[in-house]
Amino acid sequence: MEEVTQELESKEYFINMGPQHPSTHGVLRLVLSLDGEIIKKVEPHLGYIHRSIEKMCEHDSYQQIVHLTDRMDYLSCHINNEAVCLAVEQALQLEVPDRVKVIRTIIDELTRLSSHQLWWGVMGMDLGAITTFLYGFRDREIITDIFEETCGARLTMNYNIPGGLFFDIHPNFQKRTKDFITYFRKKLPEYDTLLTNNVIFMQRMKGIGKLSKEDAISYGVTGPTGRASGFSCDVRKQHPYMAYDKVNFKEVLGTEGDCLARYKCRIAEMWESMSIIEQLIDNIPEGPVKVPTKAVIKLPKGEWYQKVETARGEFGVYIISEGQRSPYRLKFRSPGFSNLSALDHMARGCKIADLVAIMSTLDLVIPDIDR
Amino acid sequence: MNWLYDFSYLTGGIHNSLSEHFEPSTVTLIEMILAGVAFMILFAILGLVLVYAERKVSAFFQQRLGPMRVGKWGTAQTLADVIKLLMKEPLMNKNADSFLFNLAPYIIMIAAFMAMAALPFAKGLHALDFDIGILYVSAVSSLGVIGILLAGWSSDNKYSLIGAMRSGAQIISYELSVGLSLLTIVVLTGSLQFSTIIESQANGWWIFKGHISAVIAFIIFLIASTAETNRGPFDLAEAESELTAGFHTEYSGLKFAFFFLAEFANMFIVSAIGATVFLGGWMPFHIGGWVGFNNIMDYIPPIFWFFGKVSFIIFLMMWFRWTFPRLRIDQLLTLEWKYLLPVNLMNILIMAFLALMGWHF
Amino acid sequence: MKSIIKYFKDIFSGLRSLVKGMAVTGHYFTHPKEIITQQYPENRDTLKMFERFRGEVVLLHDENNEHKCTGCSACEVACPNGTIEIIPKRIEVDGRKVKAIDQFVYHLQMCTMCGLCIPACPTDAIVMANTFEHAVFDRSKLTKILNKPGSKIMDGIK
Repeated sequence: MEEVTQELESKEYFINMGPQHPSTHGVLRLVLSLDGEIIKKVEPHLGYIHRSIEKMCEHDSYQQIVHLTDRMDYLSCHINNEAVCLAVEQALQLEVPDRVKVIRTIIDELTRLSSHQLWWGVMGMDLGAITTFLYGFRDREIITDIFEETCGARLTMNYNIPGGLFFDIHPNFQKRTKDFITYFRKKLPEYDTLLTNNVIFMQRMKGIGKLSKEDAISYGVTGPTGRASGFSCDVRKQHPYMAYDKVNFKEVLGTEGDCLARYKCRIAEMWESMSIIEQLIDNIPEGPVKVPTKAVIKLPKGEWYQKVETARGEFGVYIISEGQRSPYRLKFRSPGFSNLSALDHMARGCKIADLVAIMSTLDLVIPDIDR
Repeated sequence: MNWLYDFSYLTGGIHNSLSEHFEPSTVTLIEMILAGVAFMILFAILGLVLVYAERKVSAFFQQRLGPMRVGKWGTAQTLADVIKLLMKEPLMNKNADSFLFNLAPYIIMIAAFMAMAALPFAKGLHALDFDIGILYVSAVSSLGVIGILLAGWSSDNKYSLIGAMRSGAQIISYELSVGLSLLTIVVLTGSLQFSTIIESQANGWWIFKGHISAVIAFIIFLIASTAETNRGPFDLAEAESELTAGFHTEYSGLKFAFFFLAEFANMFIVSAIGATVFLGGWMPFHIGGWVGFNNIMDYIPPIFWFFGKVSFIIFLMMWFRWTFPRLRIDQLLTLEWKYLLPVNLMNILIMAFLALMGWHF
Repeated sequence: MKSIIKYFKDIFSGLRSLVKGMAVTGHYFTHPKEIITQQYPENRDTLKMFERFRGEVVLLHDENNEHKCTGCSACEVACPNGTIEIIPKRIEVDGRKVKAIDQFVYHLQMCTMCGLCIPACPTDAIVMANTFEHAVFDRSKLTKILNKPGSKIMDGIK
C-alpha cells in the first residue's frame, strides 16, 4: 500500500510559456512550475527583445533620444517622449508655452485611450472572446488616424521635441477629436455589455490574482494595476505636469486588487480621459508651439529625474549629464518591469487560464520591460 | 421531381435496378459502398462549406469582410486552404509515440463518420434507421474523445497533454447533459428511433409542443453540445491563448486538417441531432389543423428543411463562439454538475409529468 | 429556500447577460454597412494618405533637375541611425571651390521615420514623402541615392 501512494504522488513539472506564445504578447518567457493545472511558481525570463536603448542614449543627442522612447512602450509613445522632453526642459529651465502644454496633455490622453482600447481588445482575446479584439481596434483606428494627421505617424509619432512640439496641430485636429469623443461615448457602454456584464467574464475575473495595497507598494506596482489595489499613485495628480493641474479629473481607485478591479479601473480611466480631453479641446490657447533651442542641446552638469503617468503606470527618466551633448547615463524607469515582478506573487495557486487573465490585466508591453 | 420530396423513390429505384442484375448479397455490398462514398462526399462538402461559413460569419460579427480574394467573395478560399494543407510537411516530435500519434486523427474521423451514418437527412434518405438511433449517435459521437486523448498523450508536448486531459473531463461530463436533454423529448415520443421521432412531429415540432420543458431542454442541449464539440466558449482543449493549440499543437498538414474537419463534422452532427429531436428534422413546419398552411409548407422539399434547421443551429453555435469569452476548467465542470445537470433532471421530471397527464399538444 | 431562489436568479441573470452580449454582436452581423474593412490593394486609387505622413525621405528636384542640397551634412548629423550618408565633392563655382553633394545616400532599411532630418536642413532640400509601399525583393534596393543623375544645385542656394 505504501508503494502505491508513493507512485500516485504528483510531481511538479515545468512548462515554458513563451517566448513564442499567443498570450505573452511578445517575446516574454515564463517558466511555470505546475502541479496539474495549478501554478506553483512563475519565473519571468527577460531579454529576448533587449535593444540596449539606454546605452544607445549615451551616444545620441537629446533630440535623438526622444525617438528611441517611441520604441519602448509603443502604446504610450507620446507620453514617453514627453518624459524625456520634460526632463531636458527641466534641466535647461525652459518654460514651454501654454499651447504646448495643452496640446501635449490632449495627445497624452488620446494615447492613453488608444492604449486602453487595445488592452481591452487583447484582454478579450486572451479570454477567448476574439470579437472584442476587432472592436477594440476599430475604435483605436480613429485615434491613430488623428495621430497620423497631426503627428505624421500612427504609432511611433515622435511629436515632441525638447522645447515644444515638432509642428502645430493640424487644422482638423480639434474637430476630429471632438467627433471621436462623441463616437466613443456611445461605444464604450458596448464594451460593458460585451464583457463587463458577461457572466462568464465575471467568473473569470472576480477574485483572481489578488494584490493587496501593501504588496502593490512593495513591488512598486503603479498605474491602473496599482490603483486597483487602492495604491494612490497617479503621477498626474500627485506631481502634476503639463496642463494636468488645470483640469478636473478623478483618480480612479479600486479596493479589491483583483483582475476585475484592474479591469474596471481601466474602463473608468477611459471615461476620465474623455472628460479631460473634453475640458481642454476647446480651450487650446494661441501661441507658439516651441521654444527655440540650440541645434546642439548641452545640458549643464547634474542629475534630473522626471516622471510621467503612462497608460501602464509611472514612467521615469533619470538623466545624468556631464555637460556633453549626450547624457553620461540615462535610466528609464519603466512601469511594465515592476508590474511584471508582481506576477509570481499574484499567480501562485491559480490555474493556467487565470495566469492568462492576470497577465492581460497587467497590460504588459514587452519592449517596455526589456528596453 | 417526386424524389426530392421522398427519397425512397430514388433509393428504391437504385435498389430495384441493381436487383435485376446482381445477387441480393452483391446488391447489399454495392449499396453499402455507394452509401459510404456518398457520406465521404458529404463530409468533404460539409468541410468546405462550413469552414467558409465560419469564416464569413465570424467576419460579419467582427465588422470584417472575411475572405474576399480567392474566387468571387472568397468562395474558393477553403479549397485553397485544403491545397495548402495537403502540401504541408507532416511533422512529428522525436519522442512522440508515432503509432498513436498517427492513429489519433483517424479515430476522430471514424467517430464522426459512424455518427453521421444514423442521421436522417430527408424523407427516405436515411442510411441506418436503428431503433436505438439516439443512443447510438450519442454513444458514437463521444468516441471522438479517445482520439483527442491519444493525440494529446502521444504528442510528447505538455500543452497537448493538458488540452487532452481537459477535453476528457469536459466531454465525459457534458455527454451526460446532452443525453439527458435528449431524453426529455424521448419521454414524449416514447421511442429512440429517429424516424419515429420525426413522424411524431408531423403536426408541430417538439420545441413548440413540449411546453417550457422542451425549450429548457433545447437550451441545455445547445450549451452541452457546444461543449461536446469543443467549440468556444468551451474550447478549453484548444484554448489558443492558454495552450497555443491544445491537443493538436504538434499536428501539421493533412492530420491537422483531419482534426479541423472532424470539429466541423461534429458540429454538423450535434446540430443535426438537435434539429431532428427538437425542430422536427426534415419535417416541414406544420401547425395542427391548418391544412392550407401545412400544404404550402409541404412545397419546400424536406431536405431543405433539414439543412435549414441544421444551419440555424450551427449559426447559433457560431454566434456563441464569436461572442463569449472562454470558461475556466473548474467553472466548466461547475456549470455542468451544479447547474445543467440538476436543472436537466428536474426538467425530465416535469416533462414526464406532462407526458403522463397528456398535457402536451 | 433563499438559496434556491438565488440559484435560479443566478441562472437567469447569467443567461440575460449572455443574451445581451449576443445582441451586440448580432447587431453588427445584421448591419453589414458598418463593416470597416478597407480592401487595400484594390482601393489604391482612392487611398489618400495624410499630408504629414512620414513615409520616406526624398530630395526635391525641380523641372530643371535641380535640387537645393548644399551637402552641409546637417541631416546626417541629426539622424539618429546613420540613415543618411552624404558623399561630398568639391565643385568649382566662379573660380572658388565649393562643397557640393556627389551622392545623397539614403538607407531606407535603417530609417525609423523620426523626421529629425527635415527641420535640420537649412535649405529645405529634403521632405518626407507620403509613399509607404517600400517592400522590395532585395535588401540592396533599399539603399537609395536621392540626387538624380546629372542633377545640380539650384542657383543662389548656399
